[in-house]
Amino acid sequence: MTDHATGPDQRMPAGLQEIIDDFDAVAPAERLQLLLEFSAGLPDLPARYADHPELLEPVPECQSPIFLIAEVEGAGPEPVARLFFSAPPEAPTTRGFAGILHEGLDGLPVADLLATPDDLAERLPLASVVSPLRLRGLSAMLARVKRQVRQQSAA
Amino acid sequence: MSVPQDPSPAFSQYAHPDRLVSTGWVAEHLHTPGLVVVESDEDVLLYETGHIPGAVKVDWVLDLNDQVTRDYIDGEAFAALMSAKGISRDDTVVVYGDKSNWWAAYALWVFTLFGHPDVRLMDGGRAKWIAEGRELTTEVTERAAADYPVVERSDGAIRAYQSEVLATLGQHPLIDVRSTPEYTGERTHMPEYPQEGVLRGGHIPSARSVPWSRAAAEDGTFRPRAELESIYLGEAGLKPDDDVIAYCRIGERSSHTWFVLTYLLGLPRVRNYDGSWTEWGNSVRVPVVQGDQPGEVAGARPAVAAGS
Repeated sequence: MTDHATGPDQRMPAGLQEIIDDFDAVAPAERLQLLLEFSAGLPDLPARYADHPELLEPVPECQSPIFLIAEVEGAGPEPVARLFFSAPPEAPTTRGFAGILHEGLDGLPVADLLATPDDLAERLPLASVVSPLRLRGLSAMLARVKRQVRQQSAA
Repeated sequence: MSVPQDPSPAFSQYAHPDRLVSTGWVAEHLHTPGLVVVESDEDVLLYETGHIPGAVKVDWVLDLNDQVTRDYIDGEAFAALMSAKGISRDDTVVVYGDKSNWWAAYALWVFTLFGHPDVRLMDGGRAKWIAEGRELTTEVTERAAADYPVVERSDGAIRAYQSEVLATLGQHPLIDVRSTPEYTGERTHMPEYPQEGVLRGGHIPSARSVPWSRAAAEDGTFRPRAELESIYLGEAGLKPDDDVIAYCRIGERSSHTWFVLTYLLGLPRVRNYDGSWTEWGNSVRVPVVQGDQPGEVAGARPAVAAGS
């Protein structure tokens, strides 16, 4: 594990920590099934994005096509982030990663989302069943989500 | 005992028709003793979403790669894998997968490193099976463990190392099967994003660009031999007796091209340089060419073999 990947200001959101705990609680052989559930649970895009896929940002580090967009709602003291992902059913692993991020981060206050440790992928016990190579896709998605949210909250 | 080959007339045009089977043939032979169907995909979860009944899963990263050294597993690990999957040395193995069989071809190439005698591809792969509405199951296949002998991996015939590519630059035709922007060395750097993989963009001097997917038709099946000849022998200038090396990024897409050149066009010696661009593009002081032309090999000596 790389200690430096988690900065001093980084803190795992409670929802993501629960997901990590769920993966830790099952045997390695069942972790793929759990990932498949996240894959199946990824919500469809709302019409405003389904009709305009060009608005979404691609994630070329993933082996399969995945697109995402973040929105920041509310300009008050605690704006929240909304996340939208699009990945085809032929890419269940990538969809599963998106499902994890959606369930763990969608609707969170911006500050909490931005505090998500960058080494999330290493904290999920998936390297042995998915491979570290494929897990890079999850890190790349998280980096893009945080970047989009950071840019929008700075605007 | 080996299972009889698929007599489909569509395959007789190829140099080695015994290396291909159709989806229909697989459906008819699913329960034939001596036949094991293997699914090998880019996406490690795809098998779990539904697979051909009775098929076992072999994953290229987790099963076929050594997890420490950048290399393939050794003979003992391969024997253990085959045993666990219930595959015997004399079984006929049919591999299929996603993405026009790109990963299936990679698995087949690794099986060939161990000299598995009878390993074939299901033409059209997973997508064609599904498009035809054929049966899928989520039931994980349980096969009784098999006895598989420990066979030393034999790299020489079909695998090229960087040192060999470098030492023989200009003597063997090189085929770069990556996409055009990867070949020309264009990069899409975006601020704040780490560029994954390689430090330098471009291609190996003298390599011709033939993106791997040109060998696949819309439905994922291989193109007819005449079309393949026009691409590889015509446009790319290969000769039927050339000693060819193909490469891509990590050797997966070039396995597909290796299959095409070896079994469909019948070239006598085709090697896959699996180190590929993730090795070459990170190496110190190896020559790199950018742009859409193959480029010259500095101080190239004339070819030693007949042909090029």
